[in-house]
Parts: sequence; structure tokens; C-alpha cells
Amino acid sequence: MPISPSSMINQYKFEDEPELRDLFITVDDPESHITAIETFITYRVVTKTSRGEFDSSEYEVRRRYQDFLWLKNKLEAAHPTLIIPPLPEKFIMKGMVERFSDEFIETRRKALHKFLNRIADHPTLTFNEDFKIFLTAQAWELSSHKKQGPGLLSRMGQTVRAVASSVRGGVKNRPETFTEMNDYMETFSQKINVLDKIAHRIYKEEREYFNEMKEYGPIHTLWSASEEDIADSLKGVASCIDKCCKATEKRMAGLSENLLPILHEYVLYSEILMGVLKRRDQIQGELDSKVDALANKKPEKDLFSEEIGKLEDKVECANNALKADWDRWKQNMQCDMRSTFTNVAENNLRYYEECLATWESFLASQTVDLHVEEDSEDKP
Amino acid sequence: MWCGRREGRASSSLCPAWLMLHESLFSSSEKMEDCLAKKMEITVSEAEKRTGRNAMNIQETYTAYLIETRWVMRAHSQSMWMLDSLWRRYSEFELLRNYLSVTYPHIVVPPLPEKRADFVWHKLSADNMDPDFVERRRIGLENFLLRVASHPVLCQDKIFYSFLTQLFFPFFQADSRLKALNATFRVKNPDKRFTELKHYSDELQSVISHLLRVRARVADRLYGVYKVHGNYGRVFSEWSAIEKEMGDGLQSAGHHMDVYAASIDDILEEEEHYADQLKEYLFYAEALRAVCRKHELMQYDLEMAAQDLTSKKQQCEELATGTVRTFSLKGMTSKLFGQETPEQREAKIKVLEEQIQEGEEQLKSKNLEGRDFVKSAWADIERFKEQKNHDLKEALISYAVMQISMCKKGIQVWTNAKECFSKM
Repeated sequence: MPISPSSMINQYKFEDEPELRDLFITVDDPESHITAIETFITYRVVTKTSRGEFDSSEYEVRRRYQDFLWLKNKLEAAHPTLIIPPLPEKFIMKGMVERFSDEFIETRRKALHKFLNRIADHPTLTFNEDFKIFLTAQAWELSSHKKQGPGLLSRMGQTVRAVASSVRGGVKNRPETFTEMNDYMETFSQKINVLDKIAHRIYKEEREYFNEMKEYGPIHTLWSASEEDIADSLKGVASCIDKCCKATEKRMAGLSENLLPILHEYVLYSEILMGVLKRRDQIQGELDSKVDALANKKPEKDLFSEEIGKLEDKVECANNALKADWDRWKQNMQCDMRSTFTNVAENNLRYYEECLATWESFLASQTVDLHVEEDSEDKP
Repeated sequence: MWCGRREGRASSSLCPAWLMLHESLFSSSEKMEDCLAKKMEITVSEAEKRTGRNAMNIQETYTAYLIETRWVMRAHSQSMWMLDSLWRRYSEFELLRNYLSVTYPHIVVPPLPEKRADFVWHKLSADNMDPDFVERRRIGLENFLLRVASHPVLCQDKIFYSFLTQLFFPFFQADSRLKALNATFRVKNPDKRFTELKHYSDELQSVISHLLRVRARVADRLYGVYKVHGNYGRVFSEWSAIEKEMGDGLQSAGHHMDVYAASIDDILEEEEHYADQLKEYLFYAEALRAVCRKHELMQYDLEMAAQDLTSKKQQCEELATGTVRTFSLKGMTSKLFGQETPEQREAKIKVLEEQIQEGEEQLKSKNLEGRDFVKSAWADIERFKEQKNHDLKEALISYAVMQISMCKKGIQVWTNAKECFSKM
């Protein structure tokens, strides 16, 4: 029976079957490390699990961004046609966000947390050996493990071969499904990028509005100092404006905590997906070029056919893996978009409801005063 | 106070018989307790672009406003609705107001709407020919006429009446007297209440302009927030084209985002009317200051006259007794070049005594004038204060009502959008 620490359940958005979850990961507690050569940040990664393959049920390690990057590369290499979740970018070019500002670190921490959890929820990736090592190995164990595996030169060789076959790889025999996927991703990528820009623009406009509103309320208070009869009304208006100002701040926070990170994640996802589709094409390309070569060299048919058989298997595997993962990704995307935009709408509703209540109570106080005045006028 | 378009305008020229009948409005036995506003309906119902030649024979474009008046005429036990209308331009309104300011210096004369568009936020045009500006000015001019017509003193003015009903309007040049109001001088003993009032009007002017400026910036930003949401519409629509299950939700949500973005135009237009209400009191501050200035002018005049009288009395005394208490060039020269003859001295004393008598009479009447002015001015100021408190309170309430309406619209749009999103 899998033990699910209930304290951990609420921190995650379940993608697949929530009842079968047996791996819980948190990323928190950023710490800065200063050495002679460099300064960097490490994050605490806590894992709680009931899986048998893990020696212990709880692990706590510290990882830096480089380690996450290593993990992502290993996963991509091991599963070229699976959709590996996006990693936050190495640098943020736009804006004045400094590399080690609190805002930047917090945004990155949340994204890294998401990254690991998405892997944990993936039916295949969750059982990846490098993933397990990432979660459990102590710092020195991890660095020694990193040094193993294909060296730099062989990795470069892989890249060269990949580039070569990508020149005109796999497009002419591409199954219809994948052409459709490609077309879809091209449009999706465009749209998600535009949405990302719109969302940032909205955030910016809301912030400018908030800045002006901060000055607006106090003027009414200042005015009330020179008045007698209308001083209370003016102070009332000032207080309403200040409350609406705070409500705007909350609305902005909602955007930056929810919509902006999700849209950004899917911008990265669209790049990843284009990459995955290309790699599938490359694998197909390898097969196609071998088949073409065979057509020109009849006598050595036997030698090739075994190779071709292997490549055909490879292609079929890759295609199936991608198709399955694609369906899964689309469902998750739909779910994420639905909940994120619904949340945006709820945020705005809350904002308007708060402002409405504020102004309505002010109005009520004013009309009460009017009635009191009228009554006192009627008295002889 | 009604507002609207009228058809079937009566002729705008009046024959002497009409004039006499209109005169009857003033000379009727019943006291003019009721203001003109209660007897006569006044509207500025239309605005029209015109071209013409001005005083310097240069072609210019300007806007003319149609003033329509309507009242009941009772004659031979019958009553009829009378209609009248004529066109006037802004500069004529200015002449009327100058006339009123100078003729009734103790009255806080209602201000005109602004000459040029000020406190604009970026979408609004600063162009005087812009139709929105013209429309708001039309309303402002009508408001001005109604304020004058409902003032217990101003409504009885015949020049005002002829402004409303007669093409011929005595072009009153009030420049010189207005200039006097703007001169700088030092008053020793002004009435404390007027000094306080002047401070108040300065504060009022400063705080309202600050408020209007910030409001314009807030409006600008609010416009930005709403309009950017409009971008969602097109993207959602294009995105929905590649989605199967999400398509409908996206598409309809996009439509609601368009509605949201479009709603800001009406909201901000309404807010402009609120801004205009505040602007009126911004300009009223100037009218308040004018009354204070008039008091200072009169007080200064009085102080100068008293000072003059005192010095003449002193001169007289010195001449009579032969003692020189004050230094004067004449005194010095007479000491150096010999004194005057007794006859010369007598003549001087006589002239001075005449002047002193005149001076004392003048001082008495100036004193009286001053006191009357203070009394009547302060009565109008009290009236103004009540009007101001009532109007501003109402304006603040109407602002709250506008905010409430904006919030309700927002709630509706986002409720609809939320429903669409949840169906994605």
C-alpha cells in the first residue's frame, strides 16, 4: 500500500492518477554559496517515496541549476522522442531582474519544483535511473556519476551525425499524424508567444494603474482638511480609493503567481515540442537514407537488411512513444489552460466584488447622512 | 432643467410689443422672489461650426451655440408657450460674465466652462473643435446660464435677459475695471474673514487641479488595462481554430474579452462629466478670489483716503500753529528762502480746510460703501458655501455610483468569461 504523506498532497497539481502517486518532491530553501571562483545558488530537494527501488523513504539533497540542466540533457538523450518538461532559462535577458534578486530566485525555484514534479508524473520518465540518482545521490556521488557515460567527443559526434541527417531528414516519408502535429505546433507556438506578451503587457498596465491610484486617494484626504461639511464624504472617497488600490495589488499578484508562469512554461514547451518532432524526423531520416543506400547497392542487401530492421524498430518505437506522449501532453495542456484562465477570471471577479462592496458601503453612509439632514430640517 | 433638441424655433427678432411684454416680467406687481429660472426654461441645445471674419477682418472658424428659451405668456386670460432662440459664441458668453463680475463685485459670479481643453488624458483631444469637447462645452455653457438664472440677484439683470433674448447685446468692455481687480497692493486692515476666504480659495484651486491631473492619469492607465485585454480576443480566436475541444470555450471567452475592452469608453466618458463638475468649482475659486480682491480694493481705497485726510489735517495744523512736525520739501525751502506771507498761508489753510471737509464726507461714504459691500458679499458667500457643499457632495456620490456601475459591468463580463474558460 503506497504511503502518501498527506502534508505533501496539497502542494501538487495532479496530472495522472492521483491515487497511484508514490513519489513526492519539493524544491525549496535557496542558499547562496560563495567560492573563490564563483557564486551560485543551491536548492534543497526533498523526496518522499514508498517505491521499492529506493533504498530509503526520504531523501534530502542540495542541487544547483547545472545539476538540473545535466538531468534534462540525460533525459533527452535517453528518450529523444519523449516530451521532457521545460527547465527555466539560464538567464533572463529582459527586464532589470538581476541574476540573484529574490524575485528571480523565487521564480526559478517554483519552475524547478514544477520541472521535477512533471518528470515524477510522467509514466516513463519517472523510472529513469538518472532521475533517481539526481534525487538521492549526495553531492560527491552525483559529480562522480556525471563524469561517467559518453564523453565530450562522442557527444559531439552524435550532434554532428544528427545535424547531418537533419538536413533533409525524414520529412518526405513522414506519417500524416506527425505533419499534423508539426502544423499544430507551429500555430500553437505562435499563439502562446503572443499570449505570453499580452499577459506581460496586462501586468505592466495594471502596475502603472496601481502606481497612479496610490497618489489619487490621498489628495481627497488633503482636500478634506480645508473643508467642513464635505470633509467626511471626501475622507470616505479617499478610503474607498485606497481599498481599491490594495485590491488591484492582489489582482496583480494573482497574475504573476499563476498566469505568467504557466504561459511562460508553455512557451518553453512549444520549443521543446518542435525539438522533439525534429528528432523524430532525424530518426526517420536515418532509416530513409539507409533504405535509399540499399536501393543502389543490391549485392550487399543482406548486410543492410539487419541494420534496416533495427532502424525500422527504432522508428516505430520513437513514433509510438511520441504519439502517446503527445496525447498526454495535449490533455495536460488543456487542463492547465482551463484552470489557469478560470483562475484569472476568478481573480478579476474577486477584485470587482471587493471594489463594489467598498463603494456600496460608502454610498450607503452618504445617503444615511442625507436622510438625517432632511429629518433635522423638518424639525421645527 | 431639461436638455434636448427642439424643433420649430420661433423667430429670434423681437418687435417692440414683445419687448413691452417681456418688460412686464420685471415690472409686474408680484415681487421677483422667484428666480428667472423658475419662470423661464433655458437650454443651450445645439452647437454649430461657423466661419466668419473677426474684428481684424481675418477669416476664422469658431463654434456657435444655440440658446433656446421657453416661457408661458399670459394675456387676455389665455396662456401660451413662447419660444425664442438665438446663436452666440463663447466670446459673447465671456463678455456677459465680465459684465456681471464688474457690475456685481460682491457676488460670487458663476464661472464659464474652460476656454481650452485642460487636464486631458491621452485619448481625449486638446482641440477646441473636437466634437466631444464641444459637446461638454455646450453642457457647461447651459449650466452657466442656469446658475445665473437661479441666482436671486443676478437673474434680475436686464443685460442678462437681453443676452438670452435679443440679438443686440451691448458689447461691454470691462477690461479696464477688470485690470484694476488684478493690480497688486498692500492692505493694512482687511476683514479677517476675507483673508481666510482667500486662503481657502487658493487651497481649493490647488487641490482640485491636483486631483484633476491625477484623475486624468488614472483614467489613462485604466484605459490601458481594459484595452490590452482586447488583444485576447483575436489570439483566442486564432488559437481556437487549431483546437478541437478547447475551441468553443476559447472563442466565446475571446468575445467577452472584446466586450470588456470596449466597455471602458462609456465608463470614461461618464467620468468626464464628473471631472467637469469639479472643474466648475475650480473656476469658482477664481470668482471667490475676485470678491475678496474687490473687498481689498475698497479697503485699500478707504485706507488711502483716511491716510490722505490725516496728512492734510496735519498740514493744516502745522500751517495754523507754525510748528513743523513733519519733514517736507516745502518746509525746507521756505526755511532756506524765507517764509510765506500770512496771506499766502491763510489761502493755503482755506484750501486745505475745504479739502478736509470733502475728504471727511468721502471717507464717511466710503466707509458706508465698504460696510455694505462686506455685508452683501458675505451674504452671497454664505449662499455660495451652501451651494458648493451640496453640489460637491452630490458629485462625490455620483462618482461612487459610477464606480459601482463599472464594478457591476466587470463582474458580469468576468462571470461570463469564467464560464467559457471552465468549458475549455
